[in-house]
Amino acid sequence: MKAYLCLQDGKIFAGKAIGIVGEAVGEVVYYTGMTGYQEIITDPCSEGQIIVFTYPLIGNCGVNSVDEESSGARAKGIVIKELSSNPSNYRAKENLHKYLVSQGLVGITDIDTRALTKHLRRHGTMMGLISMEDNLTELVKKAKELSVNNGEQQLVKKVTTKETVTFPEGQYPVVVIDLGTKKSLLRALRARDCRVTLVGAATGAEEILNYQPQGVVLSNGPGNPEDVEDVLPVIKKILQLNIPVLGIGLGHLLLGKALGGTVYRLQSGHRGNYPVKEIKTGRVYQTSQNHDYVLRDDSFFADEVEITLRNLHDQSVEGIRHKMTGSYSVQFNPEGCPGPREAEVFLDEFVEMVKGNQLGGGKGCLKYQD
Amino acid sequence: MPKISGLKKVLVIGSGPIVIGQAAEFDYAGTQACQALKEEGVEVVLLNSNPATIMTDTHMASRVYLEPLTPEVVAEIIKKEKPQGLLATLGGQVGLNLAMVLAREGILEQEGVKLLGTSLEAIEKAEDRERFKETMNEIGEPVPESAIVSSVEEALHFAEEIAYPVIVRPGYTLGGTGGGVATNQAELEEIASKGLKYSMNKQLLIERSVAGWKEIEFEVMRDGQDNCITICSMENIDPVGIHTGDSIVVAPTQTLSDQDYQMLRSGALKIIRALGIEGGCNVQYALDPQSSQYYVIEVNPRVSRSSALASKATGYPIAKVTTKIALGYTLAEIPNSVTGNTSACFEPTLDYVVVKVPRWPFDKFATAGRTLGSQMKATGEVMALGRTFSSALLKAIHSLEMNFVSLIVPEFERFSWSELWQKLEAADDERIFAIAECIRRGVSIEQIHQITGIDLFFLDNIAEIINLGLHLTQKKEWELDDWILAKKGGFSDFELAHFKGVTEEEIRQERKRLGVLPVYRMVDTCAGEFEAATPYYYSSYGEENEFQPSTKARVVVLGSGPIRIGQGIEFDYCSVHSSWAIKENDYESIVINNNPETVSTDPDTSSRLYFEPLILENVLDVIEAEKPLGVVVQFGGQTAINLAKPLAERGIAILGTSVDDIDRAEDREKFDALLEELQINRPRGSMAYSHHEAKRIAQSLGFPVLVRPSYVLGGRAMEIVYSEEELTNYLEEAVRVSREHPVLVDRYVLGKEVEVDAICDGERVLIPGIMEHLERAGVHSGDSIAIYPPQTLEQKTIDTVLDYTERIALKLQVKGLLNIQFVLQGEKVYVIEVNPRASRTVPILSKVTGVPMVKLATTIMLGKSLEEQGYAGGYLPPKNLTAIKMPVFSFNKLTNVEPSLGPEMKSTGEVLGLADDFSMALSKAFIAGGYKIPQQGEILATIADKDKEEALPLLRSFAELGFTIWATGGTAAFLEQKGVPVRKVGKLHEGSPHVVDLIRSGSLGFVINSLTKGKQPMRDGFQIRRAAVEFNIPCLTSLDTVGGLLSVIRQSKERELTVKPLQDYLQSL
Repeated sequence: MKAYLCLQDGKIFAGKAIGIVGEAVGEVVYYTGMTGYQEIITDPCSEGQIIVFTYPLIGNCGVNSVDEESSGARAKGIVIKELSSNPSNYRAKENLHKYLVSQGLVGITDIDTRALTKHLRRHGTMMGLISMEDNLTELVKKAKELSVNNGEQQLVKKVTTKETVTFPEGQYPVVVIDLGTKKSLLRALRARDCRVTLVGAATGAEEILNYQPQGVVLSNGPGNPEDVEDVLPVIKKILQLNIPVLGIGLGHLLLGKALGGTVYRLQSGHRGNYPVKEIKTGRVYQTSQNHDYVLRDDSFFADEVEITLRNLHDQSVEGIRHKMTGSYSVQFNPEGCPGPREAEVFLDEFVEMVKGNQLGGGKGCLKYQD
Repeated sequence: MPKISGLKKVLVIGSGPIVIGQAAEFDYAGTQACQALKEEGVEVVLLNSNPATIMTDTHMASRVYLEPLTPEVVAEIIKKEKPQGLLATLGGQVGLNLAMVLAREGILEQEGVKLLGTSLEAIEKAEDRERFKETMNEIGEPVPESAIVSSVEEALHFAEEIAYPVIVRPGYTLGGTGGGVATNQAELEEIASKGLKYSMNKQLLIERSVAGWKEIEFEVMRDGQDNCITICSMENIDPVGIHTGDSIVVAPTQTLSDQDYQMLRSGALKIIRALGIEGGCNVQYALDPQSSQYYVIEVNPRVSRSSALASKATGYPIAKVTTKIALGYTLAEIPNSVTGNTSACFEPTLDYVVVKVPRWPFDKFATAGRTLGSQMKATGEVMALGRTFSSALLKAIHSLEMNFVSLIVPEFERFSWSELWQKLEAADDERIFAIAECIRRGVSIEQIHQITGIDLFFLDNIAEIINLGLHLTQKKEWELDDWILAKKGGFSDFELAHFKGVTEEEIRQERKRLGVLPVYRMVDTCAGEFEAATPYYYSSYGEENEFQPSTKARVVVLGSGPIRIGQGIEFDYCSVHSSWAIKENDYESIVINNNPETVSTDPDTSSRLYFEPLILENVLDVIEAEKPLGVVVQFGGQTAINLAKPLAERGIAILGTSVDDIDRAEDREKFDALLEELQINRPRGSMAYSHHEAKRIAQSLGFPVLVRPSYVLGGRAMEIVYSEEELTNYLEEAVRVSREHPVLVDRYVLGKEVEVDAICDGERVLIPGIMEHLERAGVHSGDSIAIYPPQTLEQKTIDTVLDYTERIALKLQVKGLLNIQFVLQGEKVYVIEVNPRASRTVPILSKVTGVPMVKLATTIMLGKSLEEQGYAGGYLPPKNLTAIKMPVFSFNKLTNVEPSLGPEMKSTGEVLGLADDFSMALSKAFIAGGYKIPQQGEILATIADKDKEEALPLLRSFAELGFTIWATGGTAAFLEQKGVPVRKVGKLHEGSPHVVDLIRSGSLGFVINSLTKGKQPMRDGFQIRRAAVEFNIPCLTSLDTVGGLLSVIRQSKERELTVKPLQDYLQSL
């Protein structure tokens, strides 16, 4: 069946339908990583998005139950060049097409994804829709009327946990404020002996403190940090109590905002693997990213915040540290999934702080105060 | 400015001659290194014995040493040049081994030379199996259970412990020489004893076999600040068990989930860090298809064939970045030359699929064992890029120039199921076609997977190709969608013509009428995320065209495709120079080629690079998109020349010598008429259309005669036959003569061979030099030792040769290069062959005469005469030097190949011996060619009756020099009778200890084995030659070569070897 991707600016790409027959509306973004389609589709950061995969062969390894980053697909639709219908991987449970159907996802294949990527690079991320209707004039009209996130401002609300969950094993109590966390982040923390309590985005400081956390993680998540400003006072409170904070992705932007920062939107986002340079050491990490917004340079309380990491390509801010507490945040996903895992050291460092916090009675961040 | 202080002069070591396992990739790497060093203002001193390389051009390094690659020579050069640094990780295993020897002997330290890039310690950690294993154990990276043994007994003992099958890998060898998989004790005994012989440290690794697992490779880089990146992942379609150089390889990996991919990527980074490598490195894994268990199978602590492939597959210049790292830069400080505005410290992301297919020499070596295993057998490779796997695979198949229309090979359709099964199981070079045929017959991919271990993903994709082919064959009327589907899938017009039963031209016209045209896509390292400046393209269908028409006048240069016997790196050398000359003349140069190893496919070489098959369809497509002034076909070997006519027929301007004139040189009858008209002699002969006719012609000419099929070029299936019986054998076994496929029967003129390369602008002829062959006619010119300037020719003969050359060049209206081969008999000069194109010797003559031959020829094609370029024409007086080209063979990599020399070319590469005088040059040529020059000791001589008298003085001299001569019955009796001391050894049938035992004993310095008449391989003769080859003992089959070696031995007793850079030879004119 024929299918079309129509961008908000009226540009149409024709291909073939995959997944369910239907219509999908979302922000059209491209992902340049060559592996990890299942992780990206299920990453809560993909909420509300139509994802274009720049690697042309998608579905080669099928889909399995382990690589889910949340309970099911988060993306609205996918755009690919070629679909593999006969996956070959010992972990594969079903092929991607069947998965799309089971998740009610609309997809389109046989698309010139490179041309589409270049278009988005030049004109910026924009809304678009995938449709199987042949009336193209109607389609363009519809696409042009689309508003950002299809009018949905509160993406985090859709993905944050509805109830508090505590994973009992693990020695060091850590609260993760769920702004749209990936399962692999929780896994990575638990693997580091953290007793993780996952709380909803709207959870107040008091409730969080009830769990007596030795550390708090502000998770990754979708959308614009301006939409989640309720979290800012919570963050400030935790910082004041000198509890180590780790911000990731959206959590990083919020920590930045709590420290006086402002954000802006990238022309076409960062989705894939990006080199990030640690300013102090000159060391470069290949990192896994999935975001549109970044912290603006020099927008923080100058004496409180240090920029620790920068993107090697566009020099954008990739990491900050709160000088007084040593709490820090990174723009990328240190746990990878998909993508490189070498930035896991940023998790290790946080967990060390958490452990030190117990030993030093809340003063675990001393080594960061030099 | 390098970051390491005090670094002003650096010695770069190349990899020497092209052999199986070490091809043009190191010229590409070395050339990038030289350029990167010069960019930093470092003076480059270069050492390489291979004259057909770009890196040995005088403008690549301020001091170019074309000298043998031995530790003594490197030490000499270091003492003379006093470089502060040595760059050895870009010259393959040869360069690395040399550096290790020098470091161990303390010469580097003594001379204050710093080993740049990866440290000796790191190299040893990676190369020494035991230390490597220890390191892997320390960091928890699994390696297969293994043991290092130094005897066959130990090997057997260990194999019993871990159970068969086991893999045998000799230490420090090229491409796994001498290794193999043993499934039982007998096999292990055989492989282990051979392997011990090859191993440089006399050690073998016996290892648990993981044959059948996925073979995955990562190209990794690390800088001195411990920053690491992976450049490219690759997946071998052929599972573990077949050498990666012999595997069809796909990049990036296709069947790995992110979890497995990151597991292996993290492992690779851990490994490169633990070893402490600075620069490029290759990590090979075996991954269990049924779990995530894996083993590290190999690490190359240097730039390799895989890194050349990875560079071309991603656009990331690994060798260049490795060089900058060696100079002290961090990855983050090095700019990404592809995008121009990002850093080199990133991991390329691909939005296409890359397929590499090896090119094997079995078309030349019909008798060679074709089964693939841990010993690499391919001479070269092709690469293709596509937006789908099928298009990349099919384009790669077309690029092989093996006349494969598609995956379906008609002769396979006749195979029985058991024959196909055998081909699947034994894994030979044609396995992919056997798979295709099985699928066509309806064999399930699951069963094929069971037999071959090839991943279902790939089999499924191959099945889709076959099914699309069937769909297209069955469908009478194709709709537009069918056309697009076919072209997106990578089907060639030629194959579509086959489906439809029409001509390729008709398909092309119809396709164009329907508007089904290729578009060109850019290779940019970043999947379109950043603006890119690389001029590197591949074709695709049904997508957006990224090709930007240029306003500047432009010229297309056709490359020479994969490296194969008879068409080697020298043609890439010529293509590169032509591209440069075009740019210097202020045109844009457009290169079309498909060989990932080469300098010509470095996007920096041309204004735009098209990575495409060199077949008519793809070449025409590029030309129609680019609309160049014309096409240069003279430098891409026979590949390019063969395209001249079909291109011209379609109205494309062929620059230089016209297609009609090319045809006059190549078409036998026209060529005869031309020589007749010029009253120039050629060996008499004519075309035979039947067995009977062939016999009649042979009788009238008198035996011996030279026979060959008329339709193949380059000496293929050419033989000298000495009797009617042999002729009958030839016609019955080698070549079937028919009306459609006539056979040429020529008188065989036994004499001295001479060849000339000339440049002509249509009015003047410039002859930079003449080369004389050491071996008399009958040995292919590519396999002969060739000497510049000629040593034994009388002035009168030279004059005749020059006269003929000028007259032929002018008569053919040559505009560009011309190569003529002559044979001299008494006073008579015969022309054997005229090649209206660049020849194999052009790089050598260009270097040793200082005449930029390709540049002159290219500029002539662009309209400037020789005179306008400052050359008057005529014969240039010989330079005050002797240069001797020595062929190098790869017989020890191939089983069952006849090592004796004849009219068919067998060498894979060449080296140059360069000196002030003949005997020193010859010594260097022999040493550079891998001969150890024995001062005394034992030699073996088995001489055919016809050669005995001629051999006598040579053997007598060896005896007088103190050599002990062993000989078999006839030869021994003859020598005894003539009073030459000799020891007799039994023939094979006389039982042990026989002649082959003698060779195996390892006591012989070399073997002289002259061929009995004709080619019927005498069992003994063949066994002797093979045994010598397999035990790495030089085997000389031409008495002319023996004479050469004799003079070298005499000379080496008198004089030490001295070194001198090319620049000094050229200056002292």
